[in-house]
Amino acid sequence: MVKIINGLIAIVAGVGGITVLFWLLNAIVERLPDKWEQRIKPYVFIGPAMFAVGVFLVYPGVRTIILSFFDATSENFVGLRNYQELVGDPNLRSALFNNILWILFVPTLAVVIGLLVAVLADRLRPRWEKVTKSVIFLPMAISFVGASTIWGFVYAWRPPGTAQIGILNAVWTAFGGEPQTWLQISTARLNTFLLMVILIWLQAGFAMVLLSAAIKGVPDETLEAARIDGATEIQIFFRVIIPQIASTIVVVLTTIVILVLKVFDIVYVMTGGNYNTDVVANRFITELFNFRQFGRAAAIVVALIIATIPVMIYNIRTFRAGEAR
Amino acid sequence: MTTTPTPPTAVGAEERREAARGETTPRRRGRGRGMLLVRIALIALCLIWTVPTFGLLISSFRERDAILSSGWWTVFASPLEFTQWTLENYAEVLEGGMAAAFINSLVVTIPATIIPILAAAFAAYAFAWMRFPGRDFFFILVVALLVIPLQVAFIPLLRLFGQFGLNGTFAAVWLAHTGFGMPLAVYLLRNYMSSLPHEVIESAKVDGATDFQTFWRLMIPLSVPALAAFAIFQFLWVWNDLLVALIFLGGGRNEVVTIALQQLVGSRGQDWYILTAGAFITMIVPLIVFFSLQRYFVRGLTAGSVKG
Repeated sequence: MVKIINGLIAIVAGVGGITVLFWLLNAIVERLPDKWEQRIKPYVFIGPAMFAVGVFLVYPGVRTIILSFFDATSENFVGLRNYQELVGDPNLRSALFNNILWILFVPTLAVVIGLLVAVLADRLRPRWEKVTKSVIFLPMAISFVGASTIWGFVYAWRPPGTAQIGILNAVWTAFGGEPQTWLQISTARLNTFLLMVILIWLQAGFAMVLLSAAIKGVPDETLEAARIDGATEIQIFFRVIIPQIASTIVVVLTTIVILVLKVFDIVYVMTGGNYNTDVVANRFITELFNFRQFGRAAAIVVALIIATIPVMIYNIRTFRAGEAR
Repeated sequence: MTTTPTPPTAVGAEERREAARGETTPRRRGRGRGMLLVRIALIALCLIWTVPTFGLLISSFRERDAILSSGWWTVFASPLEFTQWTLENYAEVLEGGMAAAFINSLVVTIPATIIPILAAAFAAYAFAWMRFPGRDFFFILVVALLVIPLQVAFIPLLRLFGQFGLNGTFAAVWLAHTGFGMPLAVYLLRNYMSSLPHEVIESAKVDGATDFQTFWRLMIPLSVPALAAFAIFQFLWVWNDLLVALIFLGGGRNEVVTIALQQLVGSRGQDWYILTAGAFITMIVPLIVFFSLQRYFVRGLTAGSVKG
């Protein structure tokens, strides 16, 4: 009960605080002479938002880059040593290899499944289209930890001879296989692929929603024209629809790539990075919390930033092009 | 944050287009054998997408020993045998700290959703309707930061919060989420607001309304769809977040549901009666939000990313 009251107080204080802040700032500015009011007001309006961005993203970003050239305790300048250590670290190389697999497979498969559902469900009656899409979209609401628990249960293992409670092993043994501890099998990185399934399961709905909207935006005339010319449905899909939704596909792919770069939760919860399943974002947590190696952790973040720079530039360009229209 | 920008679209354009076409006549309705294949493929996908969650839900109501001695699908042999169902698992996991974590999650999530929305709405209004030096610079900065990995912030913020004694407090997480959610919030809201008709704002100015009044009485009511879309994003994002909570809040008195569940997985990985019930407690709020507000959520996604 005390907890609930404290919680309520906290909520009111937090929300009230920001409202009062704006009200006060505005009251001050409106007392200024007209000319100054007009000059300063825009900055008052963007002020708190930009302050938050500055303090919580820009400043730490710059600090992190600087810290990546310092030692574990951030006291002594060590030049590029953190980067050299990371490049030479076999664990990190293995994690990097896994990341490449994640980046290659997760976005692509999520888009393929999303596209498949978007196209196929479009042929159902509206009611069933809605139901199908909701089912695929639903995991978007589930957290990575929750999803990991769900799939942990799918992959669960019981000793041979006892009843299998994980559905994967149940199916596997029904076909005559020995029960497997799936997440410990790193042959051909099987366990990494099984972890990827979780993220694909979570993200296919996102891909589907965007692609479905784009497909519905394809003008009917272009489809009719192709049909009159005798094109099959499959030809229409690849030659008429796909080219027209290409930009959306790119957006979805890049969005999921960025997400994949940052995902650590699934690995952290499921395997803790053991059995060759580590990824770079999880290495960051390990360096930071387990090893207290602030310099090396910072260097990993710098690598992540560098990986996102192309997307950043692409975003700014598309934004500029859009504004110029 | 899951949205990448492309040129702004008016929210709802998609729906208008759909409405214009008429809901009852899908364009590419096939028939015959092709349709059967389509149905089979979709049913298969839907099964893969629901069965894992369904299995977890069923198991959370089964007795501890039953879960371990037979697969959850065996209940379909006798689903009406009510003695096999129990609420004990939920009772145990709630008493074991999940109830407290649930309240903590609410305390973290509600302010961490509302604070950035207010701040972002003010900024979006200025970006959309005011002219001032540096406007483009600041907005391009926002666009650039949309994809920045959150990890950049952690090491310096841990130290900064440490100096103010904020680590482990709710305020630390609110502030962090406010900062991290801000670029997307400003971006979405600004795009929406700038798509509103010019005349409305002009006429308010002519009537002598100050910017503050225009903002509260006009912009906020008109922007409800965009505000709702972002609110749902941010709410789900914060509620489901593990990383930020792990770093700034950690375990113990103030732990949130994701942390509580992660610790259960770590310490009691084989106790499925606890894990299944615990997982559902963490999922129930996002699922309710999702189902009741799905329309806004989808709109937000499409507005954020689909080219108009």
